[in-house]
Amino acid sequence: MALSETDVKKVAHLARIALSPEELPSHIKNLSKIIDLVEQMNTVDTTGIEPMAHPQDITQPLRDDIVTETNQREKMQRCAPLTEAGLYLVPKVIEDRSNEASEF
Amino acid sequence: MSLENKTLVELSKDLTAKKVSSVEVTQFYLDRIAQHNPALNAFITVCNESALAEAKEADKKIASGHAGPLTGIPYAHKDIFCTDGIKTSCGSKMLDNFIAPYDATVTTKFKEAGMVMIGKTNMDEFAMGSSNENSFYGPVKNPWDHTRIPGGSSGGSAAAVAARLVPAATGTDTGGSIRQPASMCNITGIKPTYGRVSRYGMIAFASSLDQGGPFAQTAEDAALLLNIMAGHDEKDSTSVIHDVPDYTAELNKPLTGLTIGFAKEHFASGLENDVAVVIQEAIAELQKLGATIKEISLPNTHLAVPAYYVIAPAECSSNLARYDGVRYGYRCENPKNLDDLYCRTRGEGFGLEIKRRIIVGTYALSSGYYDAYYLKAQKIRRLISNDYQTAFKSVDLIVGPTAPSPAFKLGEKVDDPVSMYLSDIYTIGVNLAGLPGMTIPAGFVKSLPIGLQLIANYFDESRLFNAAHQFQQATDWHKKTP
Repeated sequence: MALSETDVKKVAHLARIALSPEELPSHIKNLSKIIDLVEQMNTVDTTGIEPMAHPQDITQPLRDDIVTETNQREKMQRCAPLTEAGLYLVPKVIEDRSNEASEF
Repeated sequence: MSLENKTLVELSKDLTAKKVSSVEVTQFYLDRIAQHNPALNAFITVCNESALAEAKEADKKIASGHAGPLTGIPYAHKDIFCTDGIKTSCGSKMLDNFIAPYDATVTTKFKEAGMVMIGKTNMDEFAMGSSNENSFYGPVKNPWDHTRIPGGSSGGSAAAVAARLVPAATGTDTGGSIRQPASMCNITGIKPTYGRVSRYGMIAFASSLDQGGPFAQTAEDAALLLNIMAGHDEKDSTSVIHDVPDYTAELNKPLTGLTIGFAKEHFASGLENDVAVVIQEAIAELQKLGATIKEISLPNTHLAVPAYYVIAPAECSSNLARYDGVRYGYRCENPKNLDDLYCRTRGEGFGLEIKRRIIVGTYALSSGYYDAYYLKAQKIRRLISNDYQTAFKSVDLIVGPTAPSPAFKLGEKVDDPVSMYLSDIYTIGVNLAGLPGMTIPAGFVKSLPIGLQLIANYFDESRLFNAAHQFQQATDWHKKTP
């Protein structure tokens, strides 16, 4: 199945990835080829087959609900792009709410 | 024998007998890296100072009689494993400035064993690739032919061990990323059973497939390394609670009584004839060693790559959502608003292949396509897993080619991702099923190494090591160096 430029742009935005005009043609071509590869799955009937999400049929181990981590905020924030008073800084979001909501 | 060709077992003996110190061994390998790495590009970071400091500590441990079997031996760490205070880039511009604030569990285990971390190796960005050409730091060259790829994604680790820049290294394998480069560089590598080695601090690509494992010159060395790496970790809830045997315990068992299967689908179209001949000779060698050889069928082999390229991108699109330019890593300049911050950070910080896979995964998981792609792929995953279980009712191990061809030329497949994906056709099914798989040197085609893949049932790594070790006692392919 061939993906259109609109499809690719739409999915890229869902994934919050800005694609440059230069890389767009290569993505359109190769994504369509990948979808063709993936669609070879349709050559086999899988009616009644139980989906396999995970290789091991194991249950998640449980532990007591106690604090195990110490506070290392300063160390953890040392690799952050922008912080102030222990907070991560991002551009203002309030004004963009109506704009954001329409995209979902 | 020159130091660089010594195995871990031999180095360990020399260290224990105090014929050589860890500082001397470490300095020897640092010198080799300084001399040969510029041509190979196998390392992203070389840890001269911290390695020598760790080596001094190791020498103290050895002197005081508190050494373990691998104390004082240097290893290289794939740059996907977090190392406290040391850059952990995952081969990406996104993490080029990331100094990990904590150690991966595997890192901690090697530290506790007294091993010396000599550097972080080059890799395909976020472990996505089969040629190491997707690295932000440029491709790694195959030590056997610098115009060829070393395989990927753990190409730096494989090339470093093959070129004897380090006696051991770590890797991760999501679809073949340990086995395929080990095969193309003529070394031994094992992807353990899913859940055998902790994934804590191992940067995630596809969480239901990712598994860490070792590279070494021999199966015996790889067994010693897995002895350290394996085991349940409460920080990784998917690491399995299952006893860790001594993986060296069964190395010397004869292969008599062992039944080994080969899948006819692994010798069908797509496999280069010269490679098939090498693999058939290796199978004949296993027969000579006492194993019974039997043809089996893995009828859904051809569906492994299509299903994988839904499941792995789907999981990757979810895992890589964390790179948002807020808490760590790359951030774009002058974002206009939050959406612009996300989109440009990710557009500029990720390489082409990463963006491709995130988009494929997002598409497969998006509304209206979930059943047709993701659910379908999970059903095929079940069929593939069932094929292996049927086979293991009549055989103890499955052997075959690791890759359909020897190392290809740099640049040969960069513009054709689908052809690149198909180079993992024999390894991917093992990840989908979660089985342990191993590759060992088995011969050469036009002076390029060929690997034999061995696959066992869940938690049967000991049998892989046993068969591989016996093969290596009878052959000397693994001793050939570039």
